[in-house]
Amino acid sequence: MRVSSDHSWIDEASVNFETNESDSYALEEGLQIREKNGDGEVVVISMGPEGRTQKVIREALAKGADRGVHITEEGPSETDPLRSAGVFAKALQEEQFDLILSGLQSLDLGMGQTGVILGELLGMSSATLVMETEIGENSIRVKRELESGWFQWVTLSLPACLSIQSGINHPRYPSLKGIMGAKKKEIKTLPKAEIIESNVNQSITRVYSMQKAKQTEMITGDIDQQITRLVEALRTEIKVL
Amino acid sequence: MDILVALENNSGSIHRMSLEALAAGQKLASEMNLSLSMLVMDKNGGDLAENAGKFNAEEVLLLENPLLDNYSSDGYSQAITSVLEQEKPRFVFMGHTYMVRDFLPRVSARLRIPFISDVVQFRVDDGTPVFTKQVFNAKLAADIVSQSEGTTLVSFQSAAYQSDQAEAGAATIRSISIEMDSSVIKTQSEEPFKEEAGGVDLTNAEIIVSVGRGIGKEENLPIVNTLVDALGAELGSSRPIVDSGWLEPSRQIGSSGQNVAPKLYLALGISGAIQHVVGMKGSKNIVAVNKDSEAPIFEIADYGIVGDILEIIPKLSEAVEAAKN
Repeated sequence: MRVSSDHSWIDEASVNFETNESDSYALEEGLQIREKNGDGEVVVISMGPEGRTQKVIREALAKGADRGVHITEEGPSETDPLRSAGVFAKALQEEQFDLILSGLQSLDLGMGQTGVILGELLGMSSATLVMETEIGENSIRVKRELESGWFQWVTLSLPACLSIQSGINHPRYPSLKGIMGAKKKEIKTLPKAEIIESNVNQSITRVYSMQKAKQTEMITGDIDQQITRLVEALRTEIKVL
Repeated sequence: MDILVALENNSGSIHRMSLEALAAGQKLASEMNLSLSMLVMDKNGGDLAENAGKFNAEEVLLLENPLLDNYSSDGYSQAITSVLEQEKPRFVFMGHTYMVRDFLPRVSARLRIPFISDVVQFRVDDGTPVFTKQVFNAKLAADIVSQSEGTTLVSFQSAAYQSDQAEAGAATIRSISIEMDSSVIKTQSEEPFKEEAGGVDLTNAEIIVSVGRGIGKEENLPIVNTLVDALGAELGSSRPIVDSGWLEPSRQIGSSGQNVAPKLYLALGISGAIQHVVGMKGSKNIVAVNKDSEAPIFEIADYGIVGDILEIIPKLSEAVEAAKN
């Protein structure tokens, strides 16, 4: 991964893009809730440039989502969670969803806010770090992860917004039939530029490699030399042998 | 009011991460010549406020309201929103705890103010605080500035600042109140519980051998156990191993598991995602083995080997046994 030459973000050509990890769990939970419920529609939404975002949406459709919404983004990726969530809220507000699921946080910025803000902007109750769901008639009971191994069940009336913790389920792989079927499913596109608020709340001024806090001895050589040096360190420097 | 540090109650005492946020707040206050106050809200508010009053700050705001006796996202986001509307601080500092992650984005949304989350440090550049957070799984850092004329919300990563550096002093307690009725809270919360009775306590272990995704499959775990036995260590793991059901949850180290600081932490096939690192970076010696030379775990390791753990672990077990004899 390389930082872009002007240090404003990364050089996006230096990385491969895929569905954000916790978002895969959120999608799977959505699909399972629909299956348990017996009916309903699962819609996926994503924001980003043409090619890679379409790929992520198609993959979700192949796994079983019914249709997609693609917020097309030109220029730099949005990094202000309030603005991102604002775009999603505008794109979704007319549809009156019962449930909005998002991943806990992104692997790039890791703010952990967009899903929660989206729920708030749409006037929903929300719960984060969700590890289990039980869908009811007009409510959903969720197991939330607290700190240090504690959990708590919370019941929210619908509509509700959940942010999903990684590990809640085992995300499925798309089937061949699913992949074929996905080609016929609808993806609506909406340009971000048309719905984003002008107000910027926070901005990234520089992206860079962090200075190392520690001196690391990288043990090199062939595997036997590496083991010999490590055992010596365990014995004479760390003193655990 | 310039800086408001909102304290979290952790079973009757001030949450360690709140004190870390306080230390950060005091640092910003002294560098920019700003005033700092604290906010305490919950049923033990009186005791907590008294403890908070022993730190260096202008005031401790004490908000007591029965609707805040137990945490709810609805109640807390409403209460903090009201307090910010009344007090209008420039900055709100909190620990990046699970509770803060749950409700503070909603305050950001209600007041349309920025929330800069999971910050690891800040500096003041030409009179503007610049907040640094780790991005791309801690492989890179990003400097972030607020563009808000109003309040800016900031949460700090565990151990970003040291709780024992929170300066002692004497702060005046001021009771405040807000308008809030019970209809605000739309969710029903049940009693918190622990999943696993008993479980393994890794917090006092001298040596921890910890295994991550690099182990590949469950069938490979026995080689790790051999090394654990050879070293007289405890077995730990990163989250994916527990999520896969290969080890019990109490083996998990990190923000959602245990917080450890052994004499030796041997990280095997653990990339060093920040959620893991916060739970073990206090270890006295960290040895990391990973096949990816760019894995962030090497950033915090004292010794590193780039290699295949499936080859290295059995050889290391043999060599450790040999060294003992």
